[in-house]
Amino acid sequence: MAEGTLKAEDIIREIKKAGIHFIVALPDRVTSHHLLKTIMRDPDFKVVQVCKEDEGISICSGLFAAGHRSLMMMQYTGLLDSVNSLRGVAMEGENPVCMLVGLLGKEPGVAPSQSKKYGVKIIEPVLDAMGIAHHWVEESGDTQKIVPAIEKAYADTRPMAVLVGREPR
Amino acid sequence: MMKRDECLKVFKRHRKDEIVVAVYMAAQEITHIMPSNLNYTFTGAMGQGSSHALGLALGRPDKRVVVFDGDGSLLMNLGTLVTIANAAPKNYLHCLCENGTYETNGAVPIPRAGEIRFVDMAKAAGYRKTYEIASLEDWDRQLPTLLKEDGPIFVDLKMEPGELYPEDFRRLYSIEYRDKFRRALQNS
Repeated sequence: MAEGTLKAEDIIREIKKAGIHFIVALPDRVTSHHLLKTIMRDPDFKVVQVCKEDEGISICSGLFAAGHRSLMMMQYTGLLDSVNSLRGVAMEGENPVCMLVGLLGKEPGVAPSQSKKYGVKIIEPVLDAMGIAHHWVEESGDTQKIVPAIEKAYADTRPMAVLVGREPR
Repeated sequence: MMKRDECLKVFKRHRKDEIVVAVYMAAQEITHIMPSNLNYTFTGAMGQGSSHALGLALGRPDKRVVVFDGDGSLLMNLGTLVTIANAAPKNYLHCLCENGTYETNGAVPIPRAGEIRFVDMAKAAGYRKTYEIASLEDWDRQLPTLLKEDGPIFVDLKMEPGELYPEDFRRLYSIEYRDKFRRALQNS
């Protein structure tokens, strides 16, 4: 696959289009520098920093109950650390927790399930086993997946994950 | 030491239209002692009550949010104290039902039961005010202030189990009741 680009401004535009103003975040090496830090400076967003990712699953659920959309930003390692909250809060609790997940260490152009990096390789099978929809975003055109994925999550009141395969610039 | 159900009955006398989040035994008890469509018991995973409450507080800054957390639950999610203090919701009242046990899971003692200074942890994390309350009289007297003061506030309630109430986990995590909550909050 040819070297591609993924623009942070495109991702931010799509997040705003989806009606999201609350961002719940724990820094992820893939998305921190160009995406999270930009979001933190943007007055259109309220950023809630968490100490551990599973808190964020519940904060997003509380925000949903209060009538707000939100997006949880984290690294894939944090997603794996949050499996019980994803089980009990997001899936069994039928909460539309939308996650933007950085795939640290994934080889460019390689599908997550084909990665040589163990943690990246198992992400999609874990999400599949849990019944959580996921969308791979790595090239600039992939950002068009974001709004429909968020809309479906809220329509179905089910979680979903956008898996970010390269650092947005 | 206070009996938890007696504590909740005192709270009920003071309650107006606050959102009340509760976990495990406290959650079972509020469904009997103070049923309300603004009760939120749908926490789904142990330790997460205070985090759901934070989402509610941030989403509805015009509503007081009171969470009845457990000591075993809080120990599973200690970072929540810093998260909450950092977000600094003025409408947040964090009540810890400290009974020294994992009451839902066979009443096994928590580690360092009776030795932990939860108020010190909350104060060090950055909560605006912290209190320890061990008598129903003090709880009754201080509640009007606790329900109005700018938060986040942390209250360590020294507790022992009271009466046994029927358990219904299906009810606690019911999507139907969660959706009733959402509608009630929207109209509130």
